[in-house]
Amino acid sequence: MTTATTTTTSDRAADDHFLDAPKAEDLASLLINKERPPKPSALSASLTFGWRTVLKIKHVPEQLFDVTAFPIMMVLMYTYLFGGALAGSTSEYIQFLLPGILTMSVVMVTMYTGVAINTDISKGVFDRFRTLPIWRPAPMVGYLLGDVLRYVLASAVMLTVGMIIGYRPDGGPLGVLLGVALLVIFAFSFSWVWTMFGLMLRSEKSVMGVSMMVIFPLTFLSNVFVDPKTMPGWLQAFVNNSPVTHVATGVRELMAGEWPAADIAWSLGWSAFFVIVFGAWTMRLYNRK
Amino acid sequence: MKVFGENRAVDGVDLTVPAGTVYGVLGPNGAGKTTTVKMLATLLRPDGGEARVFGRDVVKDAAAVRARVSLTGQYASVDEDLTGHENLVLLARLLGHSRSASADRSARLLDAFGLTEAAGRQVKNYSGGMRRRIDIAASILNTPDLLFLDEPTTGLDPRSRNQVWDIVRAVVAQGTTVLLTTQYLDEADQLASRIAVIDHGRVIAEGTKGELKASVGAGSVHVRLREAAQRPEAVRVLTETLGSDVQLDSDPVALTARVAGHGTERGAAEQAARALAELARTGITVDDFALGQPSLDEVFLALTDRKKAA
Repeated sequence: MTTATTTTTSDRAADDHFLDAPKAEDLASLLINKERPPKPSALSASLTFGWRTVLKIKHVPEQLFDVTAFPIMMVLMYTYLFGGALAGSTSEYIQFLLPGILTMSVVMVTMYTGVAINTDISKGVFDRFRTLPIWRPAPMVGYLLGDVLRYVLASAVMLTVGMIIGYRPDGGPLGVLLGVALLVIFAFSFSWVWTMFGLMLRSEKSVMGVSMMVIFPLTFLSNVFVDPKTMPGWLQAFVNNSPVTHVATGVRELMAGEWPAADIAWSLGWSAFFVIVFGAWTMRLYNRK
Repeated sequence: MKVFGENRAVDGVDLTVPAGTVYGVLGPNGAGKTTTVKMLATLLRPDGGEARVFGRDVVKDAAAVRARVSLTGQYASVDEDLTGHENLVLLARLLGHSRSASADRSARLLDAFGLTEAAGRQVKNYSGGMRRRIDIAASILNTPDLLFLDEPTTGLDPRSRNQVWDIVRAVVAQGTTVLLTTQYLDEADQLASRIAVIDHGRVIAEGTKGELKASVGAGSVHVRLREAAQRPEAVRVLTETLGSDVQLDSDPVALTARVAGHGTERGAAEQAARALAELARTGITVDDFALGQPSLDEVFLALTDRKKAA
């Protein structure tokens, strides 16, 4: 019981040999009770699935690599790579870059949701969930709730690193919290794109491939690194209307202590769009699978 | 009473499963057993036909069906990254039990299944027998009215297999109906009261064990001779008296002959007795003579051969 991680094949064979026989009487006394508790509420079922994600993190903490080491690398790499050239100094640039790179990194890590779902489906546990009498979207919502924790963690890590190398948000703690909240809402909503791909595509590799195709243009073609004013007109048209630009601007200005009403509205509007369209699509695939 | 009827990879499976019994669905790999079970458990939509579980349609009224059934799939249908205890608590919570009731039910189930020692271990480190147990435990967190067991003992050693059988018997004893798929004839023989034999997505035979066995003949006589040299003579005598083919066993002194069943004038035992008397009269020394019921293996091979010939 205490040597959980060191069990070898020979131990397993021994396990079988010494496995106690099932106790038919105890079993009978359990089965005789045919009462069924009322079905859990949608919220309760979703939270239970969220708890499953947390348990998985507890057992396999390495999976947090993408929300800890990866964001640190992003902040350091882009600050020192572009800082001098684009803004004259790294300390100037970090003021502009950090909220943007935060947005970019969190949007990028959302794509692991699709991979996680796809991996789960290939195992039998998904069949069990699908035969449970629960609110149908609960397993999906549960994934995303668990992922919200990851997004918050990534944000905290990046903000800490940013502060260490010179980022000073004028909005204070409230501005920072509002910025993170806006980002997390968007990331939660955007993740429905990945739940859809996770259910639609047949292998983990194809999910990864398609995700990259979507995520790279979407995050780089934005105002995360530079002001779009120097871009050609056609590209400006795309960049200025990209959801990532709206979110990055919203986060940047909230953290700077301002109230970017238009960008907040656009970000929330896009969020609603992703939940309604891709949420519905996801559930259609989930029910048809 | 449940009325089932499906389609496609499964192409015309008409079954009626009496409540409160073990119903065996027997077939080789790829026969359509798992597909049938998945349709009945609301995991796959049938492309045609209809299926009802406790009178509820599996497509139109899927939620009502889900509330009363449980599925133990062919692959471990628990989360391998979580411990046995965590898996059971998770599922109990999803079934609506309170936090404390979930922990309590999980602990009692783990104890009844002899898994208390392994409760805190990740399922990926469980042996095959332990996985099967935690899987079945997860299916009976709420006593289901109908339990689907898809090849519950495939790949298990004989000891673990017997223990799974004990569990199934205990579950049925409390009134749960079990639909069991298996490739093993002795498993169906041990557990099921009615059996459907499926091949290529179709039911090729259905009935009680006795009916299925009777359909291929009353049984076989197994004969052991004192001397191998007398076997050709014994084959001749048995062929004449029983009027059926005689199989030579790999053991040079043994042979087996099928006894025709229903529709013959004399009973199987009487025919066998005549054959024995005839052997003795011819001067063949018989050390052992037995009339056996056909095994389900013989039934299965006979049925699938018949299908090929048709």
